[in-house]
Amino acid sequence: MDQASLKFTKTHEWVGVEGDIATVGISDFAVNQLTDLVYIELPKIGSTCEAGKVFGEVESVKAVSDLYAPVSGEIVEANEALVDDQSPLSDDPFGAGWITKVKMSNPAELDQFMNADDYKKFCESEAH
Amino acid sequence: MRNKLATESLFALSQPGRRGAEFPAADVPERPLSELIPASALADKPTGLPEVTESDVIRHFVNLSTLNMCVDTHFYPLGSCTMKYNPKRHERLASLPGIVDLHPYQNQSDLQGMLGMLYEMQEMLAEIAGLPAVSLQPAAGAQGEFTALLTAKAYFEDRGEKRTKVLFPNSAHGTNPASAAIAGFDCVQLASSKEGLVDLEDLKAHLDDQTAVFMVTNPNTLGLFEKDIKQIAQMVHDVGGLVYIDGANMNAILGYTRPGDFGGDMMHFNVHKTFTGPHGAGGPGSGPIAVRDFLADFLPGPVIHFHPDADETDQYTLETPAKSIGRVRSFYGNIGILVRGYCYLRTLGAPGLKAVSENAVLNANYLKALLKDVLPVPNGDLCMHEFVASASKSKAANGITAMDIAKRLLDFGFHAPTVYFPLVVPEAIMVEPTETESKETLDAFAETIIKILKEDPEFLHQAPHSTIVQRPDEVVAARNPILQCCEPQ
Repeated sequence: MDQASLKFTKTHEWVGVEGDIATVGISDFAVNQLTDLVYIELPKIGSTCEAGKVFGEVESVKAVSDLYAPVSGEIVEANEALVDDQSPLSDDPFGAGWITKVKMSNPAELDQFMNADDYKKFCESEAH
Repeated sequence: MRNKLATESLFALSQPGRRGAEFPAADVPERPLSELIPASALADKPTGLPEVTESDVIRHFVNLSTLNMCVDTHFYPLGSCTMKYNPKRHERLASLPGIVDLHPYQNQSDLQGMLGMLYEMQEMLAEIAGLPAVSLQPAAGAQGEFTALLTAKAYFEDRGEKRTKVLFPNSAHGTNPASAAIAGFDCVQLASSKEGLVDLEDLKAHLDDQTAVFMVTNPNTLGLFEKDIKQIAQMVHDVGGLVYIDGANMNAILGYTRPGDFGGDMMHFNVHKTFTGPHGAGGPGSGPIAVRDFLADFLPGPVIHFHPDADETDQYTLETPAKSIGRVRSFYGNIGILVRGYCYLRTLGAPGLKAVSENAVLNANYLKALLKDVLPVPNGDLCMHEFVASASKSKAANGITAMDIAKRLLDFGFHAPTVYFPLVVPEAIMVEPTETESKETLDAFAETIIKILKEDPEFLHQAPHSTIVQRPDEVVAARNPILQCCEPQ
């Protein structure tokens, strides 16, 4: 996905929107902080998620981190390939490393997120 | 000099028919296994144990042990673990036949000496905690947390209250939420303030009548004393909750303040850490808990009671508290470690314990002052017994990470500090020198880190260079673990 068109959360998820479908992943900054990921628990297809609530987790050699649903809705797709091979999360976080697709129930939730430029600034402030 | 052959795996050393001991011929008629064990429980073939002599085994493990770093050989500033020197005197005392040859099923009258020692241990721990009721049973710190949470749960149930939540700050040891989850509570993680302390606003926002316990380590994992702890305890008590003090860092405050005095209702000790015992590499630990009087009835049993007026053979008795949650470990806990802790407490006495904390805090602050220009410490000007520095600056400047520094330290004969914990500090390097280290050792450690940070980053990424196993690929190891505990196929 074109990074410039994405929206970002403070918990380092990104969201790409097509119609009422939100594609969700985690940012390169997040992956860099976590170092190489070795395990992912994907949200279950058909389940519902609530904005701000945990809906999966990733594990690196350093730590286990929760994945937070950026938007509320129903999980319609999950990137099952990541279960066996987590390298796309590091190599192509905004493309092949997408994690899940959510059919949004409240697209207004998107309004609170940062654009790519603001997110970059946010990360710079977090790194220090 | 190194015997490389001896440290091959035992399977590689195995030769068919080789034995460490020969048994005499059986003096009873032999019967086939199939007669003795049901077919469903029989393996298809032998398990494939290595076949080696006693000397093969001894050389294997003795040589392996020399490849390791330990407190007896190296400075071991592993933050959060309190790797202080363990006096050999305690080993000798704990090995006395009168102690090691006891059996818990002996008559109580024969065990009075041991029970007396354990009773005094209960009393001393209660005094240090400022909490009157003690159970010595938990086998280590995490089980102490779990036991205390079960005790709290039983207390609330007894009062007819159903409280579901356990709160803890995001700098907590991972065992805190793990214990809470296993005890059946919902875990709520709180934010830390800019200073690295409990965020009072966030705490306030999450406290309600569902709050069972607030767990906090004090000093916390950043090596900072929670200065608002009394107010925090008051806030938790105001909603009817209990305060649990994770005693992992008691080494910093012995005799200066007590969890019971600053609002804690329950706590655990890590006897193996704070009061010395050989630990690391799997224990054994010892994690007694101390609680307020209103929780005493719920403690696991047995606890030891003292009857000064009874006969000499009957002065110490084992009692199960009235509403006990039951046993959490067999018998009375990890006696061997409790005995070492007892010796430590008796040797040092109250003034000695205060000196322990003074020196632990002094050493940490001295080392921090030596390192802070090259490894900034994000939180706090003064630390307690340990500090958490960050390699963020060097990572951004030339790519040298906390892991690189940790690995390279091994080449210089220092055990690495804890890295990447607590998670709230990026590129964390958590250093706990302990009170048993000299100024010369601390100076040498600081000089080495300063030297390492001037080395070629590429060279550091490959470190360590002098150890038997160099940098393992942790990512591949985690993604494709090869677990081998029996004969290679």
